[in-house]
Amino acid sequence: MSNTAKYRNDFLKEVEANVEEGEWVKMCMQCGVCAGSCPLGNAWEHTPQKIFMMIRAGKRDEVLSSDAMWMCTSCYNCIVRCPREVPITHIMHGLAHYAKRLGLVPANQPTAKFAQLFWNNLSKRGRINELTLGLGLYFMNGFVEGIKTSIKMQSLGLNMIKTGRMNVMEIFGGHSVKDTSGFHAMLQKAEEIEATRIK
Amino acid sequence: MTEVVATNQTILVVGGGISGMTAALEAAECGKQVILLEKNPSLGGRVSQLYKYFPKLCMPTCGMEINLRRIKANPNVRVLTLAEVTQVSGTTGNYQVKVKLSPRYVNSNCTACGACADAVTAEFPNEYNYGLNNRKGAYLPFFMAYPQRYVLDPKIIGTADADKAQAACHCGAIDLDMQTEEMDLQIGSIIWATGWQPFDADKIQPYGHDRFANVITSVEMERMMDPMGPTGGRLVRPSDGQEAKNVAFIQCAGSRDRNYLKHCSRICCMATLKQTTYLREQFGDAGRATVYYIDIRAIDRFENFYQKVMKDDNIKFIKSKVANVIENKENNNPILRGVNTEGYHRYADEYDLVVLAVGMQPSVDFKSLGIDIVVNDNGFIEQNPHNGGMFAAGCASDALDVNRAVQNATASSLRAIQVINQVAGAEG
Repeated sequence: MSNTAKYRNDFLKEVEANVEEGEWVKMCMQCGVCAGSCPLGNAWEHTPQKIFMMIRAGKRDEVLSSDAMWMCTSCYNCIVRCPREVPITHIMHGLAHYAKRLGLVPANQPTAKFAQLFWNNLSKRGRINELTLGLGLYFMNGFVEGIKTSIKMQSLGLNMIKTGRMNVMEIFGGHSVKDTSGFHAMLQKAEEIEATRIK
Repeated sequence: MTEVVATNQTILVVGGGISGMTAALEAAECGKQVILLEKNPSLGGRVSQLYKYFPKLCMPTCGMEINLRRIKANPNVRVLTLAEVTQVSGTTGNYQVKVKLSPRYVNSNCTACGACADAVTAEFPNEYNYGLNNRKGAYLPFFMAYPQRYVLDPKIIGTADADKAQAACHCGAIDLDMQTEEMDLQIGSIIWATGWQPFDADKIQPYGHDRFANVITSVEMERMMDPMGPTGGRLVRPSDGQEAKNVAFIQCAGSRDRNYLKHCSRICCMATLKQTTYLREQFGDAGRATVYYIDIRAIDRFENFYQKVMKDDNIKFIKSKVANVIENKENNNPILRGVNTEGYHRYADEYDLVVLAVGMQPSVDFKSLGIDIVVNDNGFIEQNPHNGGMFAAGCASDALDVNRAVQNATASSLRAIQVINQVAGAEG
């Protein structure tokens, strides 16, 4: 290994190749307007400004296991204010997606957990099943927690049923798109395409 | 009717700021015939609105005085104020230029005594002071205005104020029947010295220039510091008139930002460094400044000015583009929020006053004016053979400081002289 190897930034290239809009990371000029504009900035381990600098510094493990990209609420303040029009929100989501593929999501990251629940629910029938998704969310952190949350949210659930926003019969599978098998074929095709695009 | 003799050996200089005056004078002092147009009632331009120049911290009035002296002494320059170019046709050495002359309603009898201004009552925002105070409907644009002649605001024409002004004039200088005139000029070469305008700070919504009284622009600060300016040279908070001793400067307000101006305006870093010295000048040890920047671009030999300012303990530098400004409702203090790139520390810093170092943009949109001249993405005129006998001088060509604008104007003057010499040679 040559002496210069430690300065070769393979991680930036990896991000450019595999992360959605990753080629924009090098355009960041570290002005910090995204970090200052983020309404959740206090709550994160790393702000976008920091994440981009870490990518360029080759800190692969710290970046991919960070909770930062999972905390993004997609408010788009950063994109709107970025003087270089870097698509920051999209890159953060791209990083989350890439970390997920590599299995590097921090354990018990609530956003990641919910995203998985949402996907499992949606990919079954092509429609969101409000009832099972809601219950899945309530019971995400264990049975006792789930019962407590369900009792707390009782009146909301009843109101949704009353106004026709939720159907108790959904527990038996629920509504779906017209062509479920076509929908599944479509998802499979999309997965194949993505597998060839991202290594 | 205004009589102006022009031939295709005449150079037209459009814009009577520092660049236009320089370009016109250099050509005229080489013996060329020059017409100098200015759309405002007086020559002087943006430079006349500055308190001090960097890096020497001297007053622009002195250079203005020298240039006016040169203009008065030179019969080759014809100055037309309240004049705007409306159309340009023809080619190198043979341009036909249409010029619109707006009425001043005051003729050359005016002695600038000011009786008309005393007589009228209506007031309007004072453009010269960027609207920081009001002026009368009959006014002298500023104390060094050239021509040294009052102007009637077109808004008072047809009102009682106009008649009052006329009645007050001892010299019969007020002519309420003046009309807009159109002129056709035969011109050999055109120098566009149309200059710059400060970027509209209201557009930078997160900084609240339109919402918070104590957020001002760098050009407004220059007017405040002027002893003859709207605050009599005192740097105060617009909200309560208290002295503003602890001031923050936000760099790149509009510049280097793809949402506003893509280019670096080049002068704002030096302008801010200069303005930090105003605080020390006015308040001594009590004056404090904090500069929020992306990076300081004190171009070439100005680096030593930057070094000098950095040595001052009362002047701090924070590497951060401020995310937004909010207002402390109790005392109207602006609070700057963001993250410091050096250490990634989050801050919410409170100040007496915030100055936005606004960028430079061209004052004229040549494309919409239908003038066939090559401009770059930022609207500045490019030097291009396609432009033929038309040249840019000063800030019409790029964001420049005064020194470079004057150099640039002198160069443009020489280019225009070359065109005129070719025309003269061909005509024998």
